[in-house]
Amino acid sequence: MSATTPGLIPQGGALSLPPTFVNDDESIRSWLLTTDHKRVGILFFVATALMMALGGAFALVLRIEHLTPERTIVDALAYNRLFTMHGVVMVFLFMIPAIPGAFGNFLVPIMIGAKDVAFPRLNIASFYLYFVGAVVVLIAMQAGGLDTGWTFYTPYSVQSPSAVVPTLMGLFIVGWSSILTGLNFIVTVHTMRAKGLGWMRMPLFVWSIYGTSIIQVLATPVLGLAVALVAIDHGFDWGLFDPARGGDPVLFQHLFWFYSHPAVYIMILPAMGVVSEVVCTFCRKNPFSYRAIVYSTLGIAFVGFLTWGHHMFVAGLSVFDAGAFGILSMLVGIFSAIKVFTWVGTMYRGSIAFKTPLLYVFTFLFLFVFGGMTGIAVATTSLDVHWHDTYFVVAHFHFIMVGGTLTAYFAGLHYWFPKVTGKLYSERWGLLAAALVSAGFFVTFFPQFLLGNAGMPRRYYDYPPEYQTLHVISTVGSWVLASGMLITVGYLFWALKSGQDAGNNPWHSASYEWLTRSPPPPHNFDDTPVFASDPYDYTETGATQR
Amino acid sequence: MNELLRRLLFLPPQASRMAEDIDGLHYFVILATMFASSLVGVVAWTFIVRFRQRTNRDATVRVESTLAFEVPMIVGVLSLFLLWWVIGFRQFLRISTPPPNTLDIYVAAKQWMWKFSYTEGPSAVERLTVPAGRPVRLIMTSRDVIHSLYIPALRLKQDVIPGRYVTMWFTADRPGTYPIYCAEYCGVSHSRMRGELVVLSDEDYGVWLANSEAQAVASRDLGGPAPPSDSNLTSVGQAVAVHRACFACHTIDGQRHIGPTWRGLYDSSVKLTDGRTVIADEAYLTKSMMEPRADIVDGFNPVMPSYHALLTEPETAALVEFIKSLRDVPTASGVALPKVETGP
Repeated sequence: MSATTPGLIPQGGALSLPPTFVNDDESIRSWLLTTDHKRVGILFFVATALMMALGGAFALVLRIEHLTPERTIVDALAYNRLFTMHGVVMVFLFMIPAIPGAFGNFLVPIMIGAKDVAFPRLNIASFYLYFVGAVVVLIAMQAGGLDTGWTFYTPYSVQSPSAVVPTLMGLFIVGWSSILTGLNFIVTVHTMRAKGLGWMRMPLFVWSIYGTSIIQVLATPVLGLAVALVAIDHGFDWGLFDPARGGDPVLFQHLFWFYSHPAVYIMILPAMGVVSEVVCTFCRKNPFSYRAIVYSTLGIAFVGFLTWGHHMFVAGLSVFDAGAFGILSMLVGIFSAIKVFTWVGTMYRGSIAFKTPLLYVFTFLFLFVFGGMTGIAVATTSLDVHWHDTYFVVAHFHFIMVGGTLTAYFAGLHYWFPKVTGKLYSERWGLLAAALVSAGFFVTFFPQFLLGNAGMPRRYYDYPPEYQTLHVISTVGSWVLASGMLITVGYLFWALKSGQDAGNNPWHSASYEWLTRSPPPPHNFDDTPVFASDPYDYTETGATQR
Repeated sequence: MNELLRRLLFLPPQASRMAEDIDGLHYFVILATMFASSLVGVVAWTFIVRFRQRTNRDATVRVESTLAFEVPMIVGVLSLFLLWWVIGFRQFLRISTPPPNTLDIYVAAKQWMWKFSYTEGPSAVERLTVPAGRPVRLIMTSRDVIHSLYIPALRLKQDVIPGRYVTMWFTADRPGTYPIYCAEYCGVSHSRMRGELVVLSDEDYGVWLANSEAQAVASRDLGGPAPPSDSNLTSVGQAVAVHRACFACHTIDGQRHIGPTWRGLYDSSVKLTDGRTVIADEAYLTKSMMEPRADIVDGFNPVMPSYHALLTEPETAALVEFIKSLRDVPTASGVALPKVETGP
């Protein structure tokens, strides 16, 4: 359609336009009861984006509180509840479901030439499990006040008089959503690929979602087990973690991190998939090494299960265990380093379009290397003893989770915005917002490394006055970061309403999701798709076709 | 160089030789991290400028990496990481392995305070006083939730866990006052659970110790909180043992009674009914008082009740110290074994 006269398509003359998944049936009922993976993806996107806004608002209050060493705007109890809610909302309700639930749902079936995921009804059920779980968690935390931190360490969480049990019940439900989404993707990738689409030609984003799904299916049950044990102990006083009755308070940490360390890879692997796609499209290049990215994805998914102990170097782990977990953690670092080499190598001799998604990827590369290598640093046993539970660790995982995953999320959001909506956003505003987000991020979190070096423990409401300068810089940075995000919300809404028509393939990408119309038709393809080309072919023969 | 980097990276003063060594690795790792991320940033930016797009339908040539490029890259990065691991783990072994003949101080953590008890008698809240240049071992437990004793100036931290005795050791070399923090979130006043480490020269420490003992006696004379009749922790332990009737079942002269004798028990290896053999260290002794049925000594019946709610932390520490004084090997100072009346 866009091949004719973009922008001049009469709104009323729908007769000439083939239906898209958006306008095929516009009733609210059809959206809420949909089994279309694209609509489920958008439901996930809206819900997780709201959670990001909520978690971000908590973070802004936390940062304002730290403008002064003593009380600034909230009291100690409120502060403890706020950092707990920030952590729980961001980790469980935004980071983990965001990219697989939204981008993964929308794109994986299209990228492999399927009409939908393998179990469409399970897919919408997965969304509603997430929705119900999230509501339970939010109500419990609001009404009952949870102050255990998102890590729920026993025995504090067992003794805390707050709403521990309902919050954990909510997370238990959300966990089911995660498992079912993962299961659905695994079966979809195995059984629904179009004719001729072999494993080693799948788009790299599909590989990353596949690797993530494996972790989700294998690790999430352990989280369910751990939170269920805490809930039972809290509710029925079984003494599972009470040493006076033969329980072990440290057992919980093993169970919790057995899930929550792989969960870090649930959060970063999809982001890596987004980066792989964006780099190739905006550099118009084949990946520097396709197989290196694939094998390192699987490597991370596997070794990620064997590193949980590096969260417990000072928790009474044996010296031998600490050394073993340290060395295994370095292996995960190697897989990530391989990916970074490959992305930078892909840029070499490319044709690089400096657009918003690429600026985000540039930020990603710098922050991810910094955040990743500080991860190796904290896995270095003797150094971790000083850094553990300080702001250094806070800065490290925010470099990975915000500097890594969130920048990749924004890169993907801009890259696929025309695919999903058929509209173009303003590139000028996009670049401005990306620059603000990148700079704001750095100003917010770099000082936190120095705070950690100086010995500032995390989860401190009051702090010694010598830390104030760095805290103030960090807080100012959070305002720059927030302004960049607000601008993004503004111009994306504007683009949705009155943006320019994007055409089917505004980036002239070779990847499979652009083979169909934008927005895609209800069943993804007008004709049976033929995936004869390489999704990253930008040579003379490949590029001229687009 | 050390001082310049330390200040640039906002690291606290180094109160021990060990802290200085750990900082050496710290500089290496952090400088390499800054260098590598800047390098990636600069290379990526160079490519973005050098290979900028002419038209959005440009074709590019296919470039693929080869094993000849990948293998040296991976080996290089892996060797750097492993080098860090080797240096770091050697340091970790050092900070995990206390030397013999340490000065032992018992630490009890509770929401939200630190209590430090000395074998010579005095105890202090929130202020840990140690002599410079002497290895000190902290024997720590928690009375409620998990806490973590964190002394940034020593680059040391150890989680303090209820129901377990964990140890941490250090030799503070530079006299001065350094902050102590709780690093494991433990409830509403977590950030107020602070203390200080006071490192005194050997002479000053002796003076301080004498004064503290005198104060303990003075407060008893003034009718203050009743400290036990003797300010020596070993004698306190002996008094506790009499009071709790421990000697109804345990002897201190090596004779077998209802329970195992305490003579020579500390640091010996003990055979259990389930076949395990354990070393009777502080952790074992404490556990046996709190959970007597967890480790039954081979040849004895499981008849001992738990003293979990009956003994306070200082009393437990005192009992452990008393049992330690009964080992066959004379202690370094060669103190005579105390004489005890086993009661009626």
